[in-house]
Amino acid sequence: MKRTIEPYLWLLFSGGGVAAALLLPVLVLLFGVLMPLGVIDWPTVAHLRALLDNVLVRLALLVVIVLCLFHAAHRIRFTSEELFGIARYDSLIAVLCYGGAIVGAVTGALLLF
Amino acid sequence: MDVTDTEESVRQAAATRTIRLEVARYRPGQDSEPVFQDYDVPLTADWAVLDGLNYVKDRLDGSLSFRWSCRMGVCGSCGMTVNGEPRLTCGTFLTEYGDGPIRIEPLKGFPVIRDLVVDIDDFLAKLSSVRPWLIREGEELPLTTEYAQTPEQLDAYKQYSMCINCMLCYSACPVYVLNPDFLGPAAIALAQRYNLDSRDMGDRFDVLNLEEAVWGCTFVGECTRVCPKHVDPAEAIQRGKLTAALRSVLPWSKR
Amino acid sequence: MTRPPGSERATSTYRPPRDAFWFARTRNYTIFVLRELTSVLVAWTVVFLLLLVGALLNGTFQDFTALAARPWMIAVNVVALVATAFHAVTFLNLAPKATVVRLDGWRVPAWMIQGGNHSAWLALSVLIAYFILRSP
Repeated sequence: MKRTIEPYLWLLFSGGGVAAALLLPVLVLLFGVLMPLGVIDWPTVAHLRALLDNVLVRLALLVVIVLCLFHAAHRIRFTSEELFGIARYDSLIAVLCYGGAIVGAVTGALLLF
Repeated sequence: MDVTDTEESVRQAAATRTIRLEVARYRPGQDSEPVFQDYDVPLTADWAVLDGLNYVKDRLDGSLSFRWSCRMGVCGSCGMTVNGEPRLTCGTFLTEYGDGPIRIEPLKGFPVIRDLVVDIDDFLAKLSSVRPWLIREGEELPLTTEYAQTPEQLDAYKQYSMCINCMLCYSACPVYVLNPDFLGPAAIALAQRYNLDSRDMGDRFDVLNLEEAVWGCTFVGECTRVCPKHVDPAEAIQRGKLTAALRSVLPWSKR
Repeated sequence: MTRPPGSERATSTYRPPRDAFWFARTRNYTIFVLRELTSVLVAWTVVFLLLLVGALLNGTFQDFTALAARPWMIAVNVVALVATAFHAVTFLNLAPKATVVRLDGWRVPAWMIQGGNHSAWLALSVLIAYFILRSP
């Protein structure tokens, strides 16, 4: 079987799709909509810091961030090529998309650890 | 008024009603790009779009070209774009479109040879590229052994074997229409049909695990929706992705 | 005739130009493109969460809450909420296509896998909300 990187990118895309589906809506609902609108109060800094102090929570958060970024990168790569007819620049678009995901992943890792 | 008279009057009324077909014409040497030509054909409840086209060919304009054969959804040769949607014209009835008009164009995504006839050479090359036959190893001629299958073994691939090569799935697939190098729904489903057959000893992942094969698919799902035989090519492709991915991660595992 | 029959065909076939607005041609194509574009909002949501985590760890949480309360920010996040929810529904519904689960020869029907996926989504959402909102 000829080696290609696509299956690994697809596994990251799929894993990220599951993570994004299961976790992101509730997080953006709470932190992005309900708390800023004042429907529910912001938790205290101490409470949220306590959650982040748990190394397992930070690790899980990093995994979710990396997977979701690769999910988004993969879809943005294909969608931009289909929408704008720029599939001939696939290598460049792939570098930009996955490169962006890697930058985000490193930022997250440096932030959390 | 008795029943027979009513039926007769309905029939007469029906015979006088017509519906307009807007047919794409492309005559090489004459047209630089397709132009539409209108024909009025009788609108009767039991006429398919293909019957309307045959009426045009027989009575109105003998120069109109289109492919057809069985008139019963088995041969797969009468696929066209009907009001923007890829359909088998023998199974699409005129009455579906109310008072009309009905716009009939060749299948999208293929070069047009003439009028409604498209060039299928590339599609046929794609089909044969996946080695659509039972691959056996270590057997001497003559082949005399029978290989019985359980109902479960038949079930594993039967759905994918119903394809009639009508190419509606290619025409409905934006990935293929935008990039004709994509191996496409029917060929991948056919490869999976043999991969999932208990009698087959081949392995078609050399042709499936490619950017232009399963990895080109972005799961639009239109192939499955338009398939007149309920083959579900979209499912075949996603399963191909999963198998190819698992085998890339676990190189020692078989499917 | 010096040219072999059929040799003129390659030049005389008609190839339509690329349709720049293919995604607007049918409703299903448009829904497909919208489904794929949810990925942009998924990326945004991750960035927003990184901002939140950064603010918590750097002690600038008040600045973050002020930023999040700006009207345009709330508008973006409402769009992100709709997009991530649409992504969740479509992604969890399509999952059974790739994973054909067979138990002793019996194929688990798609609606059962979808039901399981959506139940997991609901359960995890409730669990996360509980851990974030419970009083210490």
